[in-house]
Amino acid sequence: MKLKQVLALAVFAGSLQGAMAWTITGAGSTFVAPLMQRLALHFKQATGNHVNYQSIGSGGGILQATKRTVDFGASDAPLKPEELKRRDLIQWPDAIGAVVMGYNIPGVGNYQLHLTGKQICDIYMGKVRYWDDPEIKATNPKLNLPHIPITPVHRADGSGTTWIFTNYLTKVCPAWAQKVGFDTSVAWPVGIGGKGNEGVANYVMRVRGAIGYIEYAYFKQNHFNVAVLENKAGWWVAPTMQTMIAAAKQANWNEAMKHDFYMELPNPPGKYSYPIEGPTFALLPKGKNTNSYVLQFYTWVFNHGDADLRALDYITLPDFVKKDIMASWKKQGLSW
Amino acid sequence: MIELKDSGAISPVSSMKRNGKVGNTLFKIAAFTAAALIPLVVITIFVVLFIEAYPAIKVFGVWHFITSKSWDAVNNHFGAFTPLFGSIYVTIWAFIFAAPISIGVAIFITELAPHWLKPIVTTAIELLAAIPTVIYGMWGLFVLAPFMQNHVEPWILNHLATLPIIGFLFNGPGIGIDTFTTAVILSIMITPFMSSLIKDAFSLVPEVVKESAYGLGATRWEAIRKVVMPYVSSGIFGAGIFAIGRALGETMAVSFVNGNNHNPGSFLDMLSLLNSVTTITVTLADEFTEAESHLYLSALFYIALILLVISFSTLAVAKFIVWRLERRWKT
Amino acid sequence: MENVRIKSRVLKSNVIMILSTLAALYGIVFLGWILVSIIYHGYEYLNLDFFTKDPVPPGMPGVGGLRMAFIGQFIITTIAAFIGTPIGIMAGIFLAEYGRGTWWAMFIRNLADIVISMPAIVIGAAVYVVLVAPLQSFNGLSGSVALSILSLPYITVATDEMLKLVPKEMREAAYALGAYKHYVIKKVTMRVAKTGILTGVILGLARMAGEAAPLLFTSFNNDHTTFNLLKPMATLTITIFIYATGPYHEWHEQAWAAGFVLTLGVLVAVIIAKYLVHGGSFTAPFMYVARRITKINKG
Repeated sequence: MKLKQVLALAVFAGSLQGAMAWTITGAGSTFVAPLMQRLALHFKQATGNHVNYQSIGSGGGILQATKRTVDFGASDAPLKPEELKRRDLIQWPDAIGAVVMGYNIPGVGNYQLHLTGKQICDIYMGKVRYWDDPEIKATNPKLNLPHIPITPVHRADGSGTTWIFTNYLTKVCPAWAQKVGFDTSVAWPVGIGGKGNEGVANYVMRVRGAIGYIEYAYFKQNHFNVAVLENKAGWWVAPTMQTMIAAAKQANWNEAMKHDFYMELPNPPGKYSYPIEGPTFALLPKGKNTNSYVLQFYTWVFNHGDADLRALDYITLPDFVKKDIMASWKKQGLSW
Repeated sequence: MIELKDSGAISPVSSMKRNGKVGNTLFKIAAFTAAALIPLVVITIFVVLFIEAYPAIKVFGVWHFITSKSWDAVNNHFGAFTPLFGSIYVTIWAFIFAAPISIGVAIFITELAPHWLKPIVTTAIELLAAIPTVIYGMWGLFVLAPFMQNHVEPWILNHLATLPIIGFLFNGPGIGIDTFTTAVILSIMITPFMSSLIKDAFSLVPEVVKESAYGLGATRWEAIRKVVMPYVSSGIFGAGIFAIGRALGETMAVSFVNGNNHNPGSFLDMLSLLNSVTTITVTLADEFTEAESHLYLSALFYIALILLVISFSTLAVAKFIVWRLERRWKT
Repeated sequence: MENVRIKSRVLKSNVIMILSTLAALYGIVFLGWILVSIIYHGYEYLNLDFFTKDPVPPGMPGVGGLRMAFIGQFIITTIAAFIGTPIGIMAGIFLAEYGRGTWWAMFIRNLADIVISMPAIVIGAAVYVVLVAPLQSFNGLSGSVALSILSLPYITVATDEMLKLVPKEMREAAYALGAYKHYVIKKVTMRVAKTGILTGVILGLARMAGEAAPLLFTSFNNDHTTFNLLKPMATLTITIFIYATGPYHEWHEQAWAAGFVLTLGVLVAVIIAKYLVHGGSFTAPFMYVARRITKINKG
């Protein structure tokens, strides 16, 4: 009896939702999750439709979009055109974000620790094991670094933040390029794994001596300290709106558009460019009956979402890129 | 034990026959189908996992897969050694921590506790068994891990890590997110199970047997050690097997505090209690929805299959041993 | 001489008895520690919004609640119970009433004993292949199926054991009156064992409600309240897992509060079960299995 009632209720509620509003489920990148959750809330307020975004990691976004278990995926690791073809996906960027190096060292405050690419590499290779190592002291002569072990925190799940971070390490550190490489998940030489940007941030905040790479918005919403980094031009840059925009300007969109928006942004040139940064992408599983809802949502994001992006310090895409994205949907024969 | 309250009023014969033979057969078929579902589901799970794991089995084989330490999505090379070792290793430690405590609790409840206290302790232990494992995990992360990092592990690092021979067990960063904390959480989780089961075995020992031991002038411990223990040793064995099965298969209590570390360094580093590890269950929880390549996902199904086989065979072997012993005993 | 030996024996005995008492104390201390943490942290953040509102993204004004998780947990657990309970009870009836002494009943009973501690996450992975990938969406229904598989051996074992306790004479009396077997089972055996089986079912429910691992890959998660069984659905356990591992302070608060409610619910179920049947404990079905493993002693 009761089962029937529950089912009837479910069907009723389902049909009610169908008549009035729709729900789509997206999953993937934890890098973009704070933004997606915020956009989803405002989208609901504006249109009444629901977007359920689950922060499971970019690797998850790619896999679940490919398996078509979600209506759209999100990944900060761009897929190459041949990969997109194989997986039957469409890809476009929706925002640009930066990756910060968060740390938890007693007595060292925000923007105080200065790190070069090589130092970060050596920490994650397990070569530098204590915070008072001479290599770290060299760029931080004034800091009183304690003799406590460094606990590098990395992602336990497949992650686009990992892709951006390891892509950066590959570019600045030959040893890393040779031994580890870059991808959404790699064979980490050392460190503990947190689930999602959320998990890494949580570990960095809880574990004394920890360092981790985390999306900028998580730094904005939580209270941990982040490092000043040396960029390609040899300048020290803190992650700020200004340095992030400077880096984003180095993106070569015209070239990327020819390759389904595939681009490797980390370690860009420019005096003021923040070095670890990249666009984040949406993945559409072609042919799912919810395609048009997803495109309606993203059209709304491109037209009305910039304020939300800025509120969380993501960099908005240039207008000509947005236009080109929407034109590319049409070219693919999609309507919404 | 169980109080049978309702003896069941038997209605007149005529109404008993109302449903007739057809109902009888239908009922039997329904009961049979339900029972048959159990092997069916188990076989399905095995088959599904095997099919999904097959690509990885084909590429990595069996021996190579379980002995290889590399878990490398970039080069598409996967080996199960680290999570497999982690699962078994934390289980062993959890068992080492939990077993003496559980026996102690069982002895306390059956032999020592005053009458009024028995039901209270018994209930408390049962409640502990019922607490959802995700709660153990959350509590471990928020309460136990900081406690370990700030109070317990610094002491271990200062006093035990320098010991000769066994010092390697205590050498590590000591951040509270490690094998030690994981094993403690797991041991708290399985202790109520083990002690309930051991207590149950104790209660099956006839009072006469114990009394005759006391009559011969045995101390309490001697009575337990010499008279009760032989009686309940297989009960403790059964309880232990159960606890091990639970600890091996646990995901939530482990994933918060074990550090999810696929590369714990050398084998000696992996043995350290203060180092982080990963287990099969945690690897699955973290990576299953996220493995983007076909082979990667297949490797995850492969380790799931390995875990299932281990958990299955642990209990099956235990049952088989008992069955053999029983047969020998009878003849 | 003799006196010293007796003294040392008594001393040894006393030391071990003290250690046993300390072991019991250790168990109680942890239970207390966990319960106090949960009550202390959890109770603080309970309010009406917590039950009646969907969450607000971190960093946005307002607090929100976990309505979607309460509703989802209720729906998924209820449906899992409707799937798992009848099958488990019927399977138990088969083992106790029809299969006595047959090899296939032996086989199924042994199998149930073994899979009662099957790793929960493995069930989730298998159900993902069968019910999530083909349906092209994570969905609440698959979560229910995974949980029902988890509880199936538990309820089967509980029922089987309860029915075995029914005295043979009662059945025989009914047969003597010429009743059909299914009628005897329904009107006599089940009536007698009713409370015991109900206890098993309640405890099965508690077990299902407390398990998160099989839901990770099946019912997944949802930030909104949904009644659609074919869509992703939130549960308390998964929400606790995600919120507690997240970095936001308000998530941690809500994870504690959700943990408080979940623990309270499960413990109340266990206490009700205990009240219904003296000796009906959460560990009982496991105890039966352990007893079967150890039956050499009774033989």
